[in-house]
Amino acid sequence: MLRVTEIEVCYSGIPVIHNVSLDVNRGELVTVVGSNGAGKSTLLKTIAGTLHPVKGSISFENEEIHHLSTPDIVRKGITYIPESRSIFGPLSVEENLELGAFILKDERVIKRNLEFVYTLFPRLAERRKQPGGTLSGGEQQMLAIGRGLMSTPKLLMLDEPSLGLMPKLVDEMLDAVAHLRSMGKTILLVEQNVRESLELADRGYVLQTGRTIDHGTGKELLNKDIIRKAFLGL
Amino acid sequence: MLIIDALLQGILMGLLFALVALGLTIIFGVMDIVNFAHGEFLMLGMYTVYWTSLFLNIDPLLALPASAIMGILLGLASYYCFIRYLLRGPAIAQLFGTFGLMLFLQYFAMFLFKTDYRMVEKGLLVGKSLSVGPFIFDWTKIAAGLLSLISFIVVFYFINMTKTGKALQATALNKEAASYMGIKTDRMNALAWAIGGGTVGVAGGLLVNFYYAYPMVGILFVMIAFACVALGGFGSIKGVFFAGLLIGILEMVFPVFGQLVGSDFLGPHFKVTIIYLAYFIIVVVRPQGLFGWRQ
Repeated sequence: MLRVTEIEVCYSGIPVIHNVSLDVNRGELVTVVGSNGAGKSTLLKTIAGTLHPVKGSISFENEEIHHLSTPDIVRKGITYIPESRSIFGPLSVEENLELGAFILKDERVIKRNLEFVYTLFPRLAERRKQPGGTLSGGEQQMLAIGRGLMSTPKLLMLDEPSLGLMPKLVDEMLDAVAHLRSMGKTILLVEQNVRESLELADRGYVLQTGRTIDHGTGKELLNKDIIRKAFLGL
Repeated sequence: MLIIDALLQGILMGLLFALVALGLTIIFGVMDIVNFAHGEFLMLGMYTVYWTSLFLNIDPLLALPASAIMGILLGLASYYCFIRYLLRGPAIAQLFGTFGLMLFLQYFAMFLFKTDYRMVEKGLLVGKSLSVGPFIFDWTKIAAGLLSLISFIVVFYFINMTKTGKALQATALNKEAASYMGIKTDRMNALAWAIGGGTVGVAGGLLVNFYYAYPMVGILFVMIAFACVALGGFGSIKGVFFAGLLIGILEMVFPVFGQLVGSDFLGPHFKVTIIYLAYFIIVVVRPQGLFGWRQ
């Protein structure tokens, strides 16, 4: 479904991603793990069209998308939920969610998606009239995920959904991701919680200083020495 | 009695000031750009109504749509032909860019219309007044106040109640996040300029019913508009409304005090000083403005 082929990405002329390839098949939960500064967020931002690769190609449903702008990529069915969450603070929870469905025209679909998000995160329903900026960190992350689901994306890209949350909420968030996966959503997840995300994922890629150093199924990677030493401290 | 009269007159002027400042605050809110040429948009709105009513021999109020359309087109043209390219440069380029646009429009108007002072002389409301008890209002100012209020409400409704309006707010709040929603922020920028130009065009069209149009007239009102924007809180639409009212009232009420105490020192020629003094005090005490949410 998504195919990233040998891309190189630069920040102000300096390459930060070298020769990275990655595949996501329909219905899969794929995770990209790696330490801080490995280029995980850069990779997602490049797929989302905020950055453009200088080499290589990105295709989605057999169509090249790496030259498209972010709004056009959203229209192709890829949504990106940034790690900063980027809630529209003064707008209400419901207005934030409605903005997530900006590309949809059919009011019935928007309403259905809204109901879906409220069932997934009942806490958002309780606070639907409250300004998004007044929510707690965990609730803001729920709102960010919910907003990303509002456009009925074919591929959901989650950037560090557990960042800055307390352990109980980290589990809750990863449970929500697992739940979405079980409903058949295709998800590309970037996480610093290496063990949890590899346990959750169908397949994983390990990124180090802008290169993929390994990939395989979640279980395979969890048992590899290099992963156990570098990330799990075993 | 004098105070109440001044208060009511001030409210009418304040509503117009709020409409002048509305576009400025929207453009700033969405793009973080201060449009120095905003006063020149106002000036061209004034000329549009002046010439349209003269050539078509229609009432200046009927010529208002012409100034709205002119303002919208001017806003769009400024954005697509000019501002969009400035965005690639540093912030200072945007500052001087709109300043250059201001000078260009001023001298262009001077070239086209000469420096004569022009005011609408014929019209349904021109020169007529309404007396209610002890108070006398110029009909042109009543029209300016009420139509400004209506225009303001229309824009406010559009921004807060429609999907496109909310997308505009989202763009103002966080451009990158807005693009992740599929919002084309370039179009939202253009929309901000269209609304900005349209509203100030209408304001100019209302103003020319009782104030002279000349190529340099913009600076007078844009300075007040800047004060409104800063007072209300940069980018705040609610704020600019109340700041406009406050400044309109201050401007009218203050000279009355001078009259009452018989002091020349507090005379009408100091009214602008008072506006900026009030601005100065509020900015020191509350730098984010009355309704600002930005720190």
